[in-house]
This record gives sequence, structure tokens and C-alpha cells, in this order.
Amino acid sequence: MRGLSGWGNYPVAQAQLLAPRSEAELQRLITDSPSVIARGNGRAYGDSAVGVPATLHMRHFNKMISFDAETGLLVAESGVLLGDIISAFLPRGWFPLVVPGTKFVTLGGAIAADVHGKNHHKDGSFRSGLDWVEVMGPDGTVRRCSAEENTELFNWTAGGMGLTGVILRAAIRLRRVPSAWIRQDTIPAANLDAAIEIFERSAAATYSVAWIDCLAGGDNLGRSLVMLGEHALLQDLSYDQAARPFAIPRASNRTVPPVFPSFALNRYSVRAFNAAYYWAGARKAGRQITGYDSFFFPLDALLGWNRIYGRKGFAQFQCVLPLDSARAGLRALLEAISAAGQGSFLAVLKRLGAQNSAFSFPMEGYTLALDFPVNRRSLQLMQDLDRITIAHGGRFYLAKDSRMSRDTLRAADPRAAEYAGMRQMSGLHPSFQSAQSQRLSL
Amino acid sequence: MSKSPVLILGARSDIGMAVAHAYAAQGRPVQLAARNADSLEPQKTDLELRYSVPVSLHEFDALALEEHERFADALPELPGIAVCAVGFMGEQGESETSPAAAAQVLRSNFEGPASILSELASRFEQRGSGTLVGISSVAGERGRATNYVYGAAKAGFTAFLSGLRNRLARKGVHVVTVLPGFVATQMTEGMDLPDKLTAQPGEVARAITDATAKQKNVVYVRPVWRLIMLIIRNIPEGVFKKMSI
Ligand SMILES: Cc1cc2nc3c(=O)[nH]c(=O)nc-3n(C[C@H](O)[C@H](O)[C@H](O)COP(=O)(O)OP(=O)(O)OC[C@H]3O[C@@H](n4cnc5c(N)ncnc54)[C@H](O)[C@@H]3O)c2cc1C
Repeated sequence: MRGLSGWGNYPVAQAQLLAPRSEAELQRLITDSPSVIARGNGRAYGDSAVGVPATLHMRHFNKMISFDAETGLLVAESGVLLGDIISAFLPRGWFPLVVPGTKFVTLGGAIAADVHGKNHHKDGSFRSGLDWVEVMGPDGTVRRCSAEENTELFNWTAGGMGLTGVILRAAIRLRRVPSAWIRQDTIPAANLDAAIEIFERSAAATYSVAWIDCLAGGDNLGRSLVMLGEHALLQDLSYDQAARPFAIPRASNRTVPPVFPSFALNRYSVRAFNAAYYWAGARKAGRQITGYDSFFFPLDALLGWNRIYGRKGFAQFQCVLPLDSARAGLRALLEAISAAGQGSFLAVLKRLGAQNSAFSFPMEGYTLALDFPVNRRSLQLMQDLDRITIAHGGRFYLAKDSRMSRDTLRAADPRAAEYAGMRQMSGLHPSFQSAQSQRLSL
Repeated sequence: MSKSPVLILGARSDIGMAVAHAYAAQGRPVQLAARNADSLEPQKTDLELRYSVPVSLHEFDALALEEHERFADALPELPGIAVCAVGFMGEQGESETSPAAAAQVLRSNFEGPASILSELASRFEQRGSGTLVGISSVAGERGRATNYVYGAAKAGFTAFLSGLRNRLARKGVHVVTVLPGFVATQMTEGMDLPDKLTAQPGEVARAITDATAKQKNVVYVRPVWRLIMLIIRNIPEGVFKKMSI
């Protein structure tokens, strides 16, 4: 037994971490334990990859199995990191169809959360590039599922948060890219309306995301920097870059000290940081050629940044609001945050496209994600944000959740009851449970 | 220019595999040597897919000394670097009561590795170039009640590597002794190891690629171990024998 948590270091549960190395061993652990949950690289913020009593560390299943250089179809074991896939195939001109904001996630984790990227409005979620998945069920049998085969299992597995079984292998399609560089356009938006307008007229951009200053109020409410991106073509690059379009100078990784002074994180410093970031960005507005790492994974350069929130950890709030109520809902959310003075270093706004999935997070509309250090006031604020989201027809992202109540989830998302019912009926419920699924009665 | 291959002896171990990844990532062909080498086919495919380097599998048993000469002769290409990651910790309790168990620990950590490195050493010497890497252990720096059979074998191996380095220094062949300290591997899984002193296999691999590139002689994977062992080595025997560390 040991203290185990997600990326936010909150909550911490006593769990047993089991690290199988073969399918036979995995089978034995699943059939012998009262309940298990798979864990990839622990990048979910809360307790979705924490299984009480038993958590299955899946990183030993980390081999690539085949690659078709004609179609870009990669078959790999679930413990392979997206970062490893990028290191292996980007130099050959291939990139995953969908990547989240960190490349330190496993294939299994990306499927289980059905992650979305900055291109959701155009390309959909991770499952758009997913051909098939092999899942080990409660009896230890491995089933291949896809849009054609074992369809129901496939539908619930993508976005099912590990609750349909353990993902062993998957086939994903990579896309051809002309270079490892991104052509980025940064557009300052003076307030929320301006930001939404930029998103709506930028629907053709492959990638889009906004960093939002969630402490600005009044006329500046929702002030943000919208960033659009395209895979850079050779003609976008300098002579030197175009000569070796997949070679990017390696950025040095920095590590956050294990104990970051907590006084450095307060409402004044966060407000100052946000304002400075906005003005610096606004000055640099315009076109820029940037490496894929700094465009997609800016935080990854700062290893262990989750520790800056100190020992109590932090929680993320991420919701999506449907298109027609997004403007009013976002305004209400930002007003509540600004009024509470509970700022977040990392507040991100994205336009999501349409998605019909059994249980995946995205829907057509806007998603807002913010980090808060865990304390009484921020937990209270997040409950207010829950209510505002529900009132505007929105729903929540389980990969980020660490504190929601069962009733909040049920009120926001009718699919939750359906998922729980399916799990009961098909006998998945006793075998696969996470601390989160127990909290949310999934 | 094609790079010379790296031979990994004991390739199935976590450290051996991490070393294979580290060299393959530098674009070097890899020769994986282990018992039941065929079963390493998935690892071979994985390395080839990730790094686009040729990988070959070679049947190798560190304890089958009589096979070592033939093994070295049969390699399709004499490697530029050979890394010996063969090792077996055993159970100290068993080693104390069963001579056969103790012999297996001694042979796996000392006799076998010394034998195969000797075969390779003479070939490297003849060619006038190459690097031999032996993964020994800080356990070989002082015998402790809890694992002195393993420690003794590693002490022997460390001395062997030191002598080999001395012998080959003027022959263009370099020898690296790697002292990993605690490493989070299958061998130590379930043990309660202190985080600050425990390296990941990838760290050991990086220490090795770095040491071969810079021609280092003796490397501690985590520098703190140099200090720890300095202290442990210098505790007077009269005191040491009453301690349990
Ligand atoms: C800095 C940062 C940025 C992020 N940005 C985004 C983003 O832009 N978009 C987005 O969608 N998400 C984002 N995330 C969330 C992250 O993508 C997901 O939480 C992802 O699931 C983490 O993958 P993991 O391998 O670490 O899985 P874990 O955190 O270990 O597990 C997450 C879930 O996957 C399940 N799981 C893992 N492996 C398996 C398996 N083999 N079989 C079955 N189930 C499995 C677990 O049970 C758990 O429910 C971000 C996270 C961080 C830390």
C-alpha cells in the first residue's frame, strides 16, 4: 500500500500498485483482485487512475508492434507514450492525428479519456484516429473492438475512463506532416466577445486555442490571446529550417524544485503574471514559426510543474458548454472567478466541434479549463462553477475531475446513468473501479 | 557512415533493454544476446520501429562457458561496444545454506561475465579498438551480512574489470565499470527502496552511453553513491561488524 494520486496530487488514496509484465500476469491480477483499474502515466488530474485497493501500472506494456508507412497505421501496446510515438515517427514525417496538451500520456490513457486537442473542431477526438482497440475484460479474455467489431465495447471504451477493461493494444492512424514546425498566429482579444468572434471566423484553422486572463474583469472580462496553428510548409520555413524540416533544436528541460515556496502563489502574483503574459503576448501578436513542442506541449518543458501548487495539490475545473449558451455561460463562469479573486495561471479556452460518443467529454461548443490550488475557498468556488455549468447545459471532463459529486455528474450528463447501467448489466462493475468511479457511482 | 553495433549481454533485463534503447536512439545497430533469444522478437521489432536501426538476436547463456568462444565467433559483426548486463541477485538466505545456490550467484555475476568479456577483450585487442562495459554493483565495495555472496561476486567482477582496463589501456580498448546503486527493476520490485537513492533503468543507460562517449573509467550512476560508499568503506571493521546496514 502506498499513497497514490493523479497529476494534481489531490486526492491521495492508499492503493496497491501492481506492475504486470505479461498478459498472463495481467489476467491473473484481474481475475484474482476484487477490483482493479488501469493506470497509464498518471496525467489525469484526479483519481481516475487510482484503484482502491488495486491499481495496475501499465507502463511495462510499452512496445510498438507494427507501422504501415503507406497508410500511417501504427499498432502499439497501450503503455507507449505519445511522446515516444512522436520521437519515433515525426522525423519520418508522421504525427498523431490528435494530441492533448502534454505528450507524457500513454496510448491507453489517451483512448480511455478520448482526449481532444487543439484541432477538435476539425478532426474530432482521439477516437477519430483510432482503428481498433484490444481490451482485456473481467474474465481475462482479450477482445478486439472497432467501429465494425464489438462495436458497443468500442464505443464505451473510448472515453470510458478505463471502466470497460484494460486496454492492451491499439491501432492508431498518424497523419503526414510537412515539417516539425508550426506556423502560429497570435491574435489578442480584448474581451470574451472578441475571443469568440475570432474562434468563429477561424473555423478553417487546423489548430486553435486561447489562453485567457481569468482575473481581468469589467470591460476586459475574458481578455485573451487566441493562437492559431498550421503545420508549417517548407515555404514557410527559413533556409536552414527547410534544409532539415524535421530537426528541431532540443529545448532544455527544467525541473521545478521539489518544494516550491507557497508564498509565491497568491492572488497578486497570479494577477500580475496573467496581466504580464497578456501584454507580452499582445506585443508579439502576429505570425511566428515555432517548434511543435512549444506549440502543443508548452508545459512539458517544465518538468514537475504540478509541484508548484505545494503539498495540498491542485484541482482542475474543465467544462464544455453547448454552442448556443456558451457565451452567457462563459461570462457567468468568468464573473464568478474574477469576483472570487481565485486566479489560475493556466486558463484555457477552446472551441470544440461536434461529437457523438457514448461517454466522451467533447460536444460542440466551448470548453474552459482552469487550475486552482486546493483550499476551502477554491473548492467552494468550483462548486459554484459546477452550478453555472449545469444551468447552461454544460458537462464536465472526467480526466480532470477530482472532487465532483455523484449528483453533479448525474445532473450534467444523462449518459452517466446509462454508462453505470451498462456496467452493471455486463458485469464490468465489480471488476473495474477507480476511486473516481466509486465517488461518482459509475 | 554506418555506426558499429552495440552488443548487449543479458538483454532481457530492464537495464539491458534500457541500454539497447539508448544506443539505438543514437542510430546504432543493436545485437541483443540472452537466453531464449527468439522470445525477444517483440523487443527487436519495437527497437527497429522506433529508431530505424537493424537489431539482431543471439542465443547466449552466461553460465555456458564452453559456448562463449563459439558465441563470439558467430556474431555477424564484431561490436564496437559490448555491455554486460548479466546479473542475478539470488536470496542471501539460500546462498548461506545451499552451496549450489551460492555458486549460481557467484557464477552469474562473476564467472560468466568475466568469461564472455575475456573472449570479446581478446578480439577487441586484436582489432585495436572497442569499449567493454561491465555493470557491477556498489554491493561489491564492502561485504554486508544481508547480501555478501552477491557482493563478493560483484567485488570479483569489479576487480576483474579494473585489471582488464589496466591490461588493455595501451591497446586501444577501453573498459568501463558501472556501479549503479539501487535501480528500480524487476529484480528489486517489491523492495522498499529510498527514492532519492534509486535510479531508473533509463538513468543507468544514460550513464553508460555518456561514459562510453567520454571514455570514463568508473561511474556511479547517482553521484551520491560515491560518497556513501566512501563512508561505508572507511568504517573500521571493528565497528562495521556490529552494525546492520
Ligand atoms: C499538462 C496537461 C495537459 C493536458 N491537456 C489535455 C488536453 O489538451 N486535452 C485532453 O483531452 N486532455 C488533456 N490532459 C489530460 C490527459 O490527456 C488525460 O488525463 C490522459 O488520460 C492521461 O493519460 P495517462 O496515460 O497519463 O493516463 P492516466 O492518468 O494514468 O489514466 C487516465 C485514465 O485512463 C485510464 N487508462 C490508462 N491506461 C489504460 C489502459 N491501458 N487501459 C484502460 N484504461 C486505461 C485510467 O484508468 C484512467 O481512467 C492534460 C493533462 C495534463 C497533465
